[in-house]
Order: sequence, then C-alpha cells, then structure tokens
Amino acid sequence: MFKIVHREEMAEGTVVLNEIEAPLIAKKAKPGQFVILKANEEGERIPLTMAETNPEKGTITIIYMVVGKSTALFKELKVGEGFQDVIGPLGKPTHLEKVGKVVCVGGGTGVAVLHPITRGLKDIGNDVTCIIGARNKGLLILEEQMKNASHDLRVCTDDGSYGHHGFVTDVLKDVLDSEDVKLVVAIGPVPMMKAVSQITKERNVETLVSLNPIMVDGTGMCGGCRVTVGNETKFACVDGPEFDGHQVDYDELMLRLRAYHEEERKCHNDYCTIRDAK
Amino acid sequence: MAETAEKAKKQERVAMPEQEPKVRARNFLEVPTGYTVKMAQDEASRCLQCKKPACVEGCPVGVDIPGFIEKITEGDFTGAIRNLWSKNALPAVCGRVCPQESQCEGRCIVGRKGQPVAIGNLERFCADYERENGTGELPPKAASTGKKVAVVGSGPSGLTVAGDLIIKGHDVTVFEAFHKPGGVLVYGIPEFRLPKAIVAQEVNFLERQGVNIQCNAVVGRTVSLDELFEEGYDAIYIGVGAGLPRFMNIPGENLVGILSANEYLTRANLMKAYEYPKVDTPIPLGKNVVVLGAGNVAMDSARTAMRLGAESVKIVYRRSRDEMPARQAEIHHAEEEGIELFLLTNPTKYLGNEQGRLTGMECLQMELGEPDDSGRRRPVPVKGSEFTIDCDLCIVAVGSGANPLLTSTTPDMTLNKWGNVVADPKTGKTTKKGVWAGGDIVTGAATVILAMGAGRDAANSMHDYLTLGW
Ligand SMILES: Cc1cc2nc3c(=O)[nH]c(=O)nc-3n(C[C@H](O)[C@H](O)[C@H](O)COP(=O)(O)OP(=O)(O)OC[C@H]3O[C@@H](n4cnc5c(N)ncnc54)[C@H](O)[C@@H]3O)c2cc1C
Ligand SMILES: Cc1cc2nc3c(=O)[nH]c(=O)nc-3n(C[C@H](O)[C@H](O)[C@H](O)COP(=O)(O)OP(=O)(O)OC[C@H]3O[C@@H](n4cnc5c(N)ncnc54)[C@H](O)[C@@H]3O)c2cc1C
Ligand code: SF4
Ligand code: SF4
Ligand code: FES
Ligand SMILES: [Mg+2]
Repeated sequence: MFKIVHREEMAEGTVVLNEIEAPLIAKKAKPGQFVILKANEEGERIPLTMAETNPEKGTITIIYMVVGKSTALFKELKVGEGFQDVIGPLGKPTHLEKVGKVVCVGGGTGVAVLHPITRGLKDIGNDVTCIIGARNKGLLILEEQMKNASHDLRVCTDDGSYGHHGFVTDVLKDVLDSEDVKLVVAIGPVPMMKAVSQITKERNVETLVSLNPIMVDGTGMCGGCRVTVGNETKFACVDGPEFDGHQVDYDELMLRLRAYHEEERKCHNDYCTIRDAK
Repeated sequence: MAETAEKAKKQERVAMPEQEPKVRARNFLEVPTGYTVKMAQDEASRCLQCKKPACVEGCPVGVDIPGFIEKITEGDFTGAIRNLWSKNALPAVCGRVCPQESQCEGRCIVGRKGQPVAIGNLERFCADYERENGTGELPPKAASTGKKVAVVGSGPSGLTVAGDLIIKGHDVTVFEAFHKPGGVLVYGIPEFRLPKAIVAQEVNFLERQGVNIQCNAVVGRTVSLDELFEEGYDAIYIGVGAGLPRFMNIPGENLVGILSANEYLTRANLMKAYEYPKVDTPIPLGKNVVVLGAGNVAMDSARTAMRLGAESVKIVYRRSRDEMPARQAEIHHAEEEGIELFLLTNPTKYLGNEQGRLTGMECLQMELGEPDDSGRRRPVPVKGSEFTIDCDLCIVAVGSGANPLLTSTTPDMTLNKWGNVVADPKTGKTTKKGVWAGGDIVTGAATVILAMGAGRDAANSMHDYLTLGW
C-alpha cells in the first residue's frame, strides 16, 4: 500500500491534496510528470500529475478535483490509509530552459500541475508572470504558492469575486501586448488551453500545453490516450503529456474526453447514493 | 503394434465437453469444461507410444509427450505432471492456448488417418488435476548462490526465467509495469479461454518458492537497467512483450468507439470492466461491432464483444480463411457463437457523427492476386466494390510492435529496424553485458510456448554466466 501521510481540502472541498509515501517515484520524478493511482482491487487507474515531490522524505503530492466516482473515492481516503497501486513517474518531464520572459497560465486544478513547472522556470532564471483563474474566489487554489513560484502573479475570477473580473485570456492579452514574451505555458480545462493557444498563435508566441486524455496503462501499450498534434497521432502518456499548443486538435480531444460520459455519470450517482445512505 | 494402430484409428478422439454456444456467448466462464479422469484415460489410450515420436518434434520445448501420456494411462497423475514440468513450467496455460494443430498435434502419427491424439487437452487435464488434487509440494531448490537476478516483465517468458533461476539457487526479483503479474495471460487472453485464477496460482507458486514480484515498476521510468546493476543485480532478463498497438492509419481513426485490441482487452480482462459498474473501469458496449484482423487477438476481442451483449459482431479481414492466423479452435468457437466473418474485405475509412462517435466504415472487396514475398497470394482490391458496414464499436487487432519505453532508455543495447531487441537465438544474450532478452520483445508477437522456450534457454545461459562468467 502507498500510504497517505498528509491530506488537505481546498476550494470548498472540491479539490483534495494527498501527500503519499512513494520513495522510488519521489526520487525519480521531474516537473510535468504524472502517476497513475488505483485505490483498491475494483478501482480504476487514474492519472494525476505530481504537484510536488520530496525525495528526502520519499513522498509525492497530488492535487485533484473531485469530478466522478474514482476521485470521490480518493477523497474518502484518510491519513494512514492509502492507495493499493501508484505507478510512475510517467510521461516526459517538462523541458525547462532559460528563454527570458515567460507567462504561465493556469485554470482549475491545472494550477496544481503548473506550480512545479512555474517554479522550475523561475529557478533557472526566467522572468515569470503567472495568471491563474477560477470560477469564484472560493474555488481558487495555491494562490500563495504561485505567488512564491513566480515574479508577478495575476488572479482572475469569472464572477469578479476576487482579482480581475473575467478570464485568464483577457489578462494574457494585456501581458502579451505590453511585454516581449518568449514562452507561454497553459494548463487547465481544454477550452482554456484552446483559447490561450489561439491568442498566442496570432501573436506567434511559443506555447506549451499539458493534455489530459483518457488513459489506461500510461506506458504506450493501449493507444487510448491518442491525440492529434500537427496532423499526427501521438500517445499523450509517452509522447507528452506536454505538446506545442499551436498544433493540438482540441476539438477532437474534447470529444474523446466524453467517450464514457453516460457510464461515468451513472456510476458516480450510484456511488454517491450508496455513500450518502451510510 | 498394427493392432493398436487400428484401435486408435477406430476409437474416436474424446471431445472435451463445452458450454453450449448460445449460453456461453453471453457469459465469461471458461468454454471447454475439462476432461474427467475416465475421458483422459480413454484419450490417453489412443496414443501409440511411438518410439520416434513426431509429436515431440512439433513441440517448441520438446515435451516428452508419450512419456506423460503413458503416466495418465497408468493413473499416475503426479508422475505425469512431474514429467510435463521438466520441460514446461506452465502446462495449464499451454494445454489451453498452444496452437496444437500446427505444433504437437499437427505431427501426431494418429492424425495422418484420423484425428490426432488430443495432446493439449491431456496436458491441461494433468495440470488441472494437480491443481485440484495435488499436494502443491515445492520442487527442491539448490543452495543459495548469492547472485541477484532481475527479470523485467511478468509474461510467460519472464515467469519461466524466474522459475528456472530460483530453483538454481539465485535470488530473483520480477519487475512488472502493471499492477498485476502475468503479462498477456492476464491482460490479453480472456477469462473464458484462460481463467485468471490459474495464472494467479502459477504466480503464487513462484512466490512460494521465493521469487519476489514487484508490480507497478515501469523499468525505463521507475528505474533503469543501469540503476538495477548499480543496486547490485548481477544479471537482467528482458521479457517485456510486444506492447505497442498497431492501427490502420486510415481516415477517422481517432473517433470515439475505435479502440486498439490492447485497450479493449485490458479494460475487459485486467480491469474486469465486464463487471462494470461493480468495478470502476468502464468499457464501451457496442451494438454492432467490427473487429479488424483475424488472429487470436481478434477472436478474443470479437468473442468478448459478443459476451458484453452485442447484437452483431463481424470480423473484417483482408485475406481469405486459409490465411487466418488464429488457432483453429478459436475460429470454430467464434463462428459457433454467432460471429460473422467478412473475408477478403479491407476497410478504407471510418465514418462518424457530429459527436465524434463512430457510425460505420467504408470497405473494399478484395480478391486474391499473385503471390507476395511471403508466398501467400496478395489480396488486391476489386474496382468499384466499395460498401459500408454500420457499426458503433471497432476493435483494431492488426498486430502489435515493440514498445520503445524501456529500449529507448537503454542506448547501449542493439535493436533491429523494427525496434525489437537483438538477442542470440540460442542463449538470449543481448549486446549489453549482463542482459538477456526473449519472448515477443525479441521475436515480435508470437506464442506463449515460444516465449517460454526463449526464457528457458536464457535461464540456462544466465546460470552459466552467474556461475562461470560471460
Ligand atoms: C496526464 C494527466 C494528468 C492529470 N492530472 C490531473 C491533476 O493533477 N489533477 C486533476 O484534478 N486531474 C488531473 N487529470 C484528470 C483526471 O485524471 C480525471 O479528472 C480523473 O480521471 C476523473 O476520474 P473520475 O472517475 O473521478 O471521474 P469520471 O466521472 O469517471 O470522469 C470524469 C471525466 O474525467 C476524464 N477521465 C475519466 N477517466 C479518465 C482516465 N482514466 N484518464 C484520464 N481522464 C479520465 C473524462 O473526461 C471524464 O469525462 C489528469 C489527467 C491526465 C491524463
Ligand atoms: C489477446 C491475445 C491472445 C493471444 N492468444 C494466444 C494463444 O491463444 N496462444 C498463444 O500461444 N499465444 C497467444 N498470444 C500471444 C502470447 O500471449 C504472447 O506471445 C506471449 O504472451 C508473449 O510472452 P512475453 O513473456 O514475451 O510477453 P507478455 O506476455 O507480453 O508480457 C510482458 C510483460 O512485461 C510487462 N512490461 C512491459 N514493459 C515493461 C517495462 N518497461 N517494465 C516492466 N514491465 C514491463 C508487461 O506489462 C507484461 O506484463 C495472444 C496474445 C494476445 C495479446
Ligand atoms: S507445450 Fe504446447 S506444443 Fe508442446 S506439447 Fe504442450 S500443447 Fe503441445
Ligand atoms: S505422435 Fe501421436 S501417437 Fe505418437 S507418441 Fe506422439 S501423441 Fe502418441
Ligand atoms: S494510456 Fe495507454 S497508450 Fe497512453
Ligand atoms: Mg471514472
């Protein structure tokens, strides 16, 4: 078993942080890589990016949004309990390079994935502006951490309850218009990454996105995670998960993410009914 | 002798009882239900105990076929299984999945005039009998050599190496990427053909002998080969299989509803998605299913789709029946279960709707032309023969290649142009010192018994290395 040693809830309980004992993975992992977790014998294999690793302590940290049956089940796990299986580190690490001015754009739990990358980019000497957003103030995560990981943090909320009233893309446009940005890293919901890529493509600014298609093995053996990038089929778990944002077919990704929508909704509802009856 | 030959010819091969096609096509229980002792002994009595048994030459690992069959006729089932084990570590598996018609049974002398002795069924009987009635006694183990061996991959090839080297006194650890050991035996071949409890027991047998099995270890990611050497392993065996799905590369292949057989079967077998929502992993339930390809993988996919409630399941294959690579028994079982064969048919394009979901595929009729390099007549398209098949689920089972995950992180090991590891065919030695390889990662997708045979050869060579030197 991979034991949970620390646990937090954020964003009004819709997002959960687990710090997990996984010494081999902690030793190896680099920013941008993910793990696959399975809670128990009947459990599903769920990919989640490592938001933090602590090689000395032998732990990794995941931060996930509760969206369906498996993440709801993960949320029930207490400190001292754990996951039956954790596999990783998977995927290619982020290519960190000193390029000058960088903008990191994060939405939802994408902020958690963005955090180690942002810090890595800052650590090697880039000038990093960070733009993070959420639907409202209560759903915002890791504000303090993102502030520390960058030189300049801008916050947006869809409803104006905090920071800039509007989307991260509005703020991004302002930054792009006023500074000589060399690289944009965008991680969040697919529509957000698509919108960011459209804006940066018009301005010809290199853009990195992290894709989250449905995965099974995470080692390139099933092809379930295939995405179209530059008219070529790629397996996101081994060729990615990060890709050139200007080349990605986001519409296809969104359709593929809905492959099991009906089944997942029913499974989650059944689970909640049984859990709440207890 | 002439008299017995006469007898064997006259006496019909004892058929193994099977679930009714209509019933079994909707459940996941094993199809053939096994011989009784009487059936096994009747069938065993058909063997002529040839002095120069042709059947043995047909078996890639040289099982002493007349030897173990004789033990069955004598009622010495322990002797029979001991005999089998001396050449084949997984008789319960091989008895079920070997392509016997092209191996042992294909050479059996009785088969020249009638039906060959049912060697596979008898092998299965011995293993099942031992599992249900045996003592589970462990084989004797040599004194510890103090040498550490790492086996990468827990398919039939890796398991064979582990079993052989543990009894020779080495310390063996198996590293497996998945959360369960067994390779294709657990994630690929379905329950109705190879119950997972059998594989689990074989693995447990190795663990009881002291083999350490570490799941969730993706070698090349979690740990590299060189790091294993640094950690003190003296020799490494690579048996990572052929885990790279091939697709057709025709338009529309990323529509929802098109899965590689690897994905479909992994969901069904390893993740037990056929029990969804009792388990958490979903699997697409097709009404009208098309399976591309005609090997064992295709038959397994088609029969799984049928069991998941499909209204129609079609196998689409561009060559003719004679070239279908699947075991005869699987093709026969598939047809009995209502699976249709669309032979000499080649898909050219997938069709989808606005939700990006598969609705059908366009195909071309083929005819057999001139023989190609492989000597088989090449299928060529018939002009103007386009037609559409409606389907909402398509499983692509057109073969698999070498997965580069491990090999790409091991630059000092030579690969061939397809990405397979180059290994000495006799010893399994790779070009990297202290590293052996065998099974599908060397040969490309092949068979269980060949993967096991390669494992045995490598284990012998590794033992020599560990006791004598490279
Ligand atoms: C490389 C990668 C990294 C990720 N990192 C994070 C992260 O750090 N934090 C986070 O909150 N989420 C992350 N995700 C998304 C996360 O995996 C899904 O939210 C989760 O699998 C949902 O499972 P569920 O059973 O709770 O929900 P379900 O109700 O089953 O599914 C909800 C939606 O999640 C997606 N999904 C379902 N199953 C899978 C699967 N096996 N693999 C991928 N997506 C799936 C589908 O779009 C589905 O419609 C990541 C995904 C990938 C591929
Ligand atoms: C659906 C299907 C049906 C088949 N039916 C038959 C049949 O009826 N008869 C027959 O003889 N043959 C059949 N075969 C072929 C047969 O199963 C294979 O030839 C055989 O399993 C190969 O054995 P192997 O040990 O080389 O590899 P595999 O069985 O493929 O095992 C390799 C193992 O290595 C693991 N692995 C991969 N990469 C890594 C890594 N980097 N680190 C750690 N572990 C790793 C994999 O997860 C896997 O568990 C079938 C194959 C399939 C897919
Ligand atoms: S191992 Fe396979 S080929 Fe050899 S005797 Fe047994 S069934 Fe036949
Ligand atoms: S060839 Fe047939 S009859 Fe002869 S020993 Fe082998 S199984 Fe028996
Ligand atoms: S998740 Fe199976 S190939 Fe990527
Ligand atoms: Mg789910």
